[in-house]
Amino acid sequence: MSAQPDPGRQVALSVNNIEVIYDHVILVLRGVSLEVPDGGIVALLGANGAGKTTTLKAISNLLHAERGEVTKGAIEFRGQRVDRLTPNDLVRRGVCQVMEGRHCFAHLTVEENLLTGAFTRKGSRADIAQALEKVYHYFPRLKERRASLAGYTSGGEQQMTAIGRALMAQPTMILLDEPSMGLAPQIVEEIFAIVGDLNARERVSFLLAEQNTMVALRHANYGYILENGRVVMDGQASDLANNEDVKEFYLGLSTAGRRSFRDVKHYRRRKRWLA
Amino acid sequence: MGFFFEVLIAGLLSGVMYSLVALGFVLIYKASGVFNFAQGSLVFFAALTFVGLMEHHLSFGVALVVTLLVMIAVGLAIERFVLRPLVNQPQISLFMATIGLSFFIEGLAQLVWGASVRGLDLGIQDEPIAWISDRTGINISKFDLMAAGIAAVLVIALALFFNRTRIVRALRAVADDHQAALAVGIPLQQIWAIVWAVAGFVALVTGLLWGARNGVQFALTFVALKALPVLILGGFESIPGAIVGGLIIGATEKLAEVFVGPYVGGGIEGWFPYVLALMFLLVRPEGLFGEKIIRRI
Repeated sequence: MSAQPDPGRQVALSVNNIEVIYDHVILVLRGVSLEVPDGGIVALLGANGAGKTTTLKAISNLLHAERGEVTKGAIEFRGQRVDRLTPNDLVRRGVCQVMEGRHCFAHLTVEENLLTGAFTRKGSRADIAQALEKVYHYFPRLKERRASLAGYTSGGEQQMTAIGRALMAQPTMILLDEPSMGLAPQIVEEIFAIVGDLNARERVSFLLAEQNTMVALRHANYGYILENGRVVMDGQASDLANNEDVKEFYLGLSTAGRRSFRDVKHYRRRKRWLA
Repeated sequence: MGFFFEVLIAGLLSGVMYSLVALGFVLIYKASGVFNFAQGSLVFFAALTFVGLMEHHLSFGVALVVTLLVMIAVGLAIERFVLRPLVNQPQISLFMATIGLSFFIEGLAQLVWGASVRGLDLGIQDEPIAWISDRTGINISKFDLMAAGIAAVLVIALALFFNRTRIVRALRAVADDHQAALAVGIPLQQIWAIVWAVAGFVALVTGLLWGARNGVQFALTFVALKALPVLILGGFESIPGAIVGGLIIGATEKLAEVFVGPYVGGGIEGWFPYVLALMFLLVRPEGLFGEKIIRRI
C-alpha cells in the first residue's frame, strides 16, 4: 500500500460484473461493474428501467425481498465479499440504503423514524442522543417536525427523514435512490447541498441513482450511465455533463437545435450507445 | 344489586379469556401488520397436541413442556416456510397465506391426533368459591378466577417482554414497511421468528384454558372469531387494547344477555359483541388504543 495523498482514490465499494435475475427468468442487469471511492459521490444515471434501483438493491441485499438474485459477479465492500450478507449485516458494516420513494414509517413520528435507524447500534443512550442531535444539525427542519407522524409530513421532509434515518446507523456509505423524485426543484437543491455537506464533513460516500441527470452530475464527482442493464458510459461528472450524447439523450440539448421527440427516438434507435 | 355484580364479574372474567385469544392476534399484527387468521387453528392444535400427549401417559408437566416445544417449532417453521418467501408482498397475500395455513394446521392436527372430542382436566373445578359466596352472596367460579389469573400473568409477562422501546419501535417499523425496515438494518426474519414462537406459546395457554372449559374439539378454532370484536374495540396493535377490549366485550355481552335479553327473547350473547364492534367502527375505526389511521387528502 502506498501512502494515500488523495483518499478519494481508495476503493470503498466495487461491483464486479454482476448479473441480476428476477423471478428466475427476468434478466435485468447484464454485467454491471462500478466503483465508489472512499469519500466520493458517484452518480448512477439512466432512463426508467435501466437498472439503477436494481444495482443499488443488489448491493444492499434488498433484492431478495423483490424476488431477485445476483447470479453472477461479485460485490466487495472494503475488500470483503458482501453479496451473501443480510441487509442487517451490511448496515452493521456501514452500508445503508435510502430507498426510492422515501419509505418512511408512516405511523411513527419523525423522531421515532430516525431512532429506528439506530437499531443496529450498540451504543449507549447518550451516543444515540448525540447521533440524533447531529441529524437535527444537518436537517434543522426535522427538529421542528420531530413530533409529527411521518405520514403527515411533506415529501421533502420525508426524504430528509429517510436520509437522516440512514445516518443514525453511522454509515460510511449511503446508497441513495432517486432523492429528487416528486420534489420541488428548490427542495432538491437543498437536499443535494446537504448530501454534499455530509460527504465533505462526515466523509460519507454516496452512490446516487438519479434520473435528474443535470442535478446529479453537478453534485457528483464521477458518473456511470446505465442502459438496458449495462454500463454504457462512465467518466468524470464534468466530462459527462459536457458529452454531446449525454446532453442530447438526457438533457434534451443538441447542437442541431431542438428536435421533435419522434426524431430523437428515431435517431436513438439508429445510434446505439455501444455502436 | 348483588346479582348485577355477579353478572358483571362473571362477564369480566370471561372477558379475560377473550383478551387471551386477542393477544395472540395482537402479537402477529404488531410485527407484520397482518390479521393472523391461523391463530384459532394454533389454539386448537396446541390443545389437541397436549391432550394427545396426555393420552400417551405422559405426565402433565412433561406434556406441557413437549407441547410448548412443538408450538415454538411450529412458529419457527411458519416463519421459515410461509412468511420468509412473502416478505414485501402485499398485506393481502400474507393474510391469504394465514387462511391457507389455518386449514393446513387444522387438517394436520386432526390427522395426527384424530377428530374426536376430548375432555381436558386442568385440575381446577368450575364451581363457585364458597368463601366469597358466603360473605357477599356473589357466586364466582373458581375456574374463571384461575383462568383470569393465568391470563393476567401472561399479559404482564408479554408486556414486560415487549416493553423495551427499541424492540417496540422495530416491531412498529416492520408492520409499517417490511422493506424499509430491512433497509435500516432491522433483522426482520429474527423478529418474525420470535413473535411467531411467542404466538405459539400464547396459543398453548389459550388452548389449555378454553379446552378445559369447552372441551378440546374443532369448535375451538371458532374461539378466534370472538377475538375479532375485541380487537376492533381495543385496536389491532395494542396489548392494553386487547385487555381492555376483552373486558368490555366480556362484561357487556353478559350484562346484555341477562338484562336486555329477556325483552328480545334472549340469545343475544352470541351476536351482541359484533354489533358493539360495528358501532365502534363507525365512531373510532382504529380502536381505543390502536395506531391512528393516516389519511392524506
